[in-house]
Amino acid sequence: MSGGFPILSLMLAVPLVAAIVCIFAGDRSARLIALGATLVTFVLGCVLWAQFDIGGAQWQFTERADLFGRFQWALGIDGMALMLIMLSVFLMPLCILASWDAIKQRVGLYMAMFLIMETIMIGVFCAQDLLLFYIFFEAGLIPMYFIIGIWGGANRIYAAFKFFLYTLLGSVLMLIAMIAMIREAGTTDIPTLLAYNFPPEMQTWLWLAFFASLAVKMPMWPVHTWLPDAHVQAPTAGSMILAGVLLKLGAYGFLRFMMPMFPDASAQLMWIVFGLSMVAVVYTSLVALVQSDMKKLIAYSSVAHMAIVTAGLFAFNQQGIEGALIIMLSHGVVSAALFFCVGVIYDRLHTREIDRYGGLAVNMPAYALFFMLFTMASIGLPGTSGFVGEFLSLLGIYEASSVVAFVCTTGIILGAAYMLYLYRRVVFGELTKDDVKAMADLNPREWVILAPLAAVALWMGVYPESFLAPMRGDVTTVVARLAPAKPAGDAHLAAGKPKAAKAHEGEAAHGPSHAGGVQ
Amino acid sequence: MIQAIVFLPLLAALVAGLGQRVIGNMPSKIITTGALFTSCALSWPIFLSFVTGSGEPTVTPVLHWVSSGALQFNWELRVDTLTAVMLVVITTVSALVHLYSWGYMEEDPDQPRFFAYLSLFTFAMLMLVTANNLVQMFFGWEGVGLASYLLIGFWYKKPSANAAAIKAFVVNRVGDLGFMLGIFGTFLVFGTVSIPEILSAAPGMAGSTITFMGMRLDTMTILCLLLFIGAMGKSAQLGLHTWLPDAMEGPTPVSALIHAATMVTAGVFMVCRLSPMFETAPIAQGVVMFVGAATCFFAATVATTQWDIKRVIAYSTCSQLGYMFFAAGAGAYGAAMFHLFTHAFFKALLFLGAGSVIHAMHHEQDMRYYGNLRKSIPITYWAMMLGTLAITGVGIAGVAGFAGFYSKDGILEAAFASGGGGVVAFWVGIFVAFLTSFYSWRLVFLTFYGKPRWEQSEHIQHAVHGDHHDAPSEEDAGHDHAHAHHHDAPHGVQGDGTAGYHPHESPLSMLIPLVVLSIGAVFAGIAFHHQFIYPEEGMAFWKGSLAFDEHLMHAAHEVPTWVKWTPFTAMAIGLFLAWNSYIRNTTLPARFVAQFKLLHQFLYNKWYFDELYHLLFVKPAFAIGRFFWKRGDEGTIDRFGPDGAAALVQGGTRLAVRLQSGYVYGYAFVMLLGLVGLASWAMVNFL
Repeated sequence: MSGGFPILSLMLAVPLVAAIVCIFAGDRSARLIALGATLVTFVLGCVLWAQFDIGGAQWQFTERADLFGRFQWALGIDGMALMLIMLSVFLMPLCILASWDAIKQRVGLYMAMFLIMETIMIGVFCAQDLLLFYIFFEAGLIPMYFIIGIWGGANRIYAAFKFFLYTLLGSVLMLIAMIAMIREAGTTDIPTLLAYNFPPEMQTWLWLAFFASLAVKMPMWPVHTWLPDAHVQAPTAGSMILAGVLLKLGAYGFLRFMMPMFPDASAQLMWIVFGLSMVAVVYTSLVALVQSDMKKLIAYSSVAHMAIVTAGLFAFNQQGIEGALIIMLSHGVVSAALFFCVGVIYDRLHTREIDRYGGLAVNMPAYALFFMLFTMASIGLPGTSGFVGEFLSLLGIYEASSVVAFVCTTGIILGAAYMLYLYRRVVFGELTKDDVKAMADLNPREWVILAPLAAVALWMGVYPESFLAPMRGDVTTVVARLAPAKPAGDAHLAAGKPKAAKAHEGEAAHGPSHAGGVQ
Repeated sequence: MIQAIVFLPLLAALVAGLGQRVIGNMPSKIITTGALFTSCALSWPIFLSFVTGSGEPTVTPVLHWVSSGALQFNWELRVDTLTAVMLVVITTVSALVHLYSWGYMEEDPDQPRFFAYLSLFTFAMLMLVTANNLVQMFFGWEGVGLASYLLIGFWYKKPSANAAAIKAFVVNRVGDLGFMLGIFGTFLVFGTVSIPEILSAAPGMAGSTITFMGMRLDTMTILCLLLFIGAMGKSAQLGLHTWLPDAMEGPTPVSALIHAATMVTAGVFMVCRLSPMFETAPIAQGVVMFVGAATCFFAATVATTQWDIKRVIAYSTCSQLGYMFFAAGAGAYGAAMFHLFTHAFFKALLFLGAGSVIHAMHHEQDMRYYGNLRKSIPITYWAMMLGTLAITGVGIAGVAGFAGFYSKDGILEAAFASGGGGVVAFWVGIFVAFLTSFYSWRLVFLTFYGKPRWEQSEHIQHAVHGDHHDAPSEEDAGHDHAHAHHHDAPHGVQGDGTAGYHPHESPLSMLIPLVVLSIGAVFAGIAFHHQFIYPEEGMAFWKGSLAFDEHLMHAAHEVPTWVKWTPFTAMAIGLFLAWNSYIRNTTLPARFVAQFKLLHQFLYNKWYFDELYHLLFVKPAFAIGRFFWKRGDEGTIDRFGPDGAAALVQGGTRLAVRLQSGYVYGYAFVMLLGLVGLASWAMVNFL
């Protein structure tokens, strides 16, 4: 233990203890216990945020205890981890509420799975020991696997299997890479590893091994196909937590390990990330456009958003990385909200087919309003959280490469197209179908879930400083770490010649620019 | 005070929009309309202080927004001459449109939502014009886009309205792509997004070069062109104009406010706001002028053939925006803003007048079924008359004229005086002045003169037979193609073409805005032309808020006399032609169409832009999406990835059965546990 009250351990323990109790509790009490435990954890999270010293030490709330062998119980957070923990503990009570009526079988086990998931997520973000991190990182699969496999839709086994198969492959490679790192550096301590300079040729191999695992978690194209299936089969709350937090693990891994630990390899191989991200933005957006299943559509849109995150991270500058982080937070809130919006109408009509709906604005006006807000946040309307993240990261990407920025920015056109097309088919139009007519507007429980999500989406859009400030120092550290390896951007701005030579220079410069402008 | 002007509409929108169920219809209307009139009352003194020369530019900070590394931008409200001009335009037209909507939307069941959207729009537009940095401008830019989307699709049960709304948003996003890249590039070059800082540093960047998408380009040229693409989207310039005519699906007051007077002029405002940047990029200016002139011409040709009264005015708007851009391209930013200013009054007047006609004609929008309305709705008639006199630019050079006379002639003279491409633009402008006069008078003559042709209208038949529509209004808007059945034998018994229908003049709430705007259409030119476009007064008025070229404006006033008289002549020819075709010799248009069938089809179908874009973009997007999904994800990645792996593991064929049985599920879980075990073992033993 190094100093202070072990609040992180407490945050890990509360959900875990509650999970064990839930397994043995009846349905009703399991719900209440789960809600209570997640709320307590949320309050602890708020305390954490309030106590976090912005601009203070990089690692705060550190705890350390030797276990067996090299194995250490080492916890601690920086600003980025703090924000991602906040995201997890904020979403968790909402997920429990979202499952309140929808889950009727084996409620105790279900709640236990979510609580274990919460412990694992907090653990991933606060682990300071490489092996501890790995265990949390991979263990996250297990409850998600159960949630999809037991409480999922008709084709849940296939989806759970696919989810597992994909993530398994990368995990093995990452584990091997980690063992190699530990042998090379002689420590499992993450802060120490962050400062360790691995030999460049070794970095490349380590980078590729990590990339194999993290790209799947992101997910990046072309290893994204598990996500639509997992989302479609998962229960509403499962989708919320999958999109909300689990999809952030990949990017967190990029930012925590690959970029600062292997800066040379990151700079060398950034073209892979840029290339895959560009393909993903265009490819998955177009695929989203033609989906007839609401959850699939939003799942594909998640892949497109995550592609902007990866591209933003590899811009290697303050705006790109901060933007990527804000997209992660924003997407966590907004996509969770969108999946819940799907869940609201799924609970009423038991179908995700877009064509089965239409005209909901008539009988569900409050729902229509929330759905509109989150749609706009998803397509990055200024004033919502989506804009701040997208704008910053694209601006950062532009500094690195105008081509990548251009291709990624086309996402704002395609994003508007598929989201508005979805919204139109579900909410607008004539209300003709009898079963749709019978659907009631939001009940108080649904209000309680949607209102905080909406508030955060707007808060992050209007005053993102609350979220940027804790992370600023950490991003600066990463940027500084990357600076020696960072390649120059493609802009190559050259000042104009002084007056005398200007006419000549003007000739030279204007020729090609004219051609470019007209094309 | 500026905070009140900007945020009152937002507050009203929130109260009316979110609280409509609690407070009800009437309070929602009173709150929103009251807020707008208050904003308007506060805006005029600011504008007048700049007119008299006592106003000083101010920047009012509101809230910190974003800081990320060197990038910083805040919520701020900037007020200078350029903003002040926009303030009065926006708040005045918006307040009047709010009032007008009391009458126009009377029977709509969803009024609070409508008023909330209108106020929300006004807020976003005010944020746009008070922006002190490019990002806040973009906030307003997208905010008005949202409001426009919501209002075009206000009658969300109509498929055509929904389609138009999405089209407006997505086409605008194409422009936004340019705008965003422009902002990124500007930040890269100048290290800031603050507008005053960029503008003061812009001349220093003239002649510098930069690589964009692998091309080596002149820095200022590429930045200005990217930003201009944004302006083209918002201001419906040729290529990105296709959303504007469809936007007429929205209620008519919306068309007046958003798609005529304010939002669509945002692009012109942006170019003027950033005019010192454009001044350093002559090639970009040339492009602005070319695009403006081309749009001006294109839209006017289409307007001459349309039958829907709102579409004629929509194309007219598009065309007038073209005028503003070619003025800006010629370097006459003051003239561009002047035309924006006067156009707001007379175009809003024309739209609201059209709304009043539509209201009187029981939602009929097709001018083929109008005629002889001047006696039934005299106030509307006179308002439309004044609007038409203003848009066609009636006036005597050196004596007096209607609003459009001053601003349009100012543009044409400046274009002529700028020489080079400006002279070409001048002649295009003259030809368009002729077309403008023709289609505007055509509208007036078809609507208010001749014999009544009402009985052929479905809407009138409905009205006469008491067969009311359920849906609010303009239910069958945009129905050019669906009118074949109109030509059945007349159902009316009177035989005078009226079908026994008696159009009524609109209620007072609709007439007051018409009267107020008429005053603007008549006097806005004569009252303010010194400040906007005269060399010395202009310098003092604009106070550097846009690049005011004193020499150019001098030259514009010194142009030969024939240049000053040519627009008038073009207008007169257009008027004569319209009179000859639609009053004197009413069979002439049909004969003309029969003779030039192809040309007419080409114009009537709007140069086939929609068909072309559908073929080039919409269909391929869906086809490629489907291809990626079925052939890419399912046919390749899954087939050779997880499914293939599963098949191997399972030894092939009975996979599906076993998957269903849950066998693999358990198997996989065991593997996972094994993995965790392996990891633990590795840790303990190897490390």
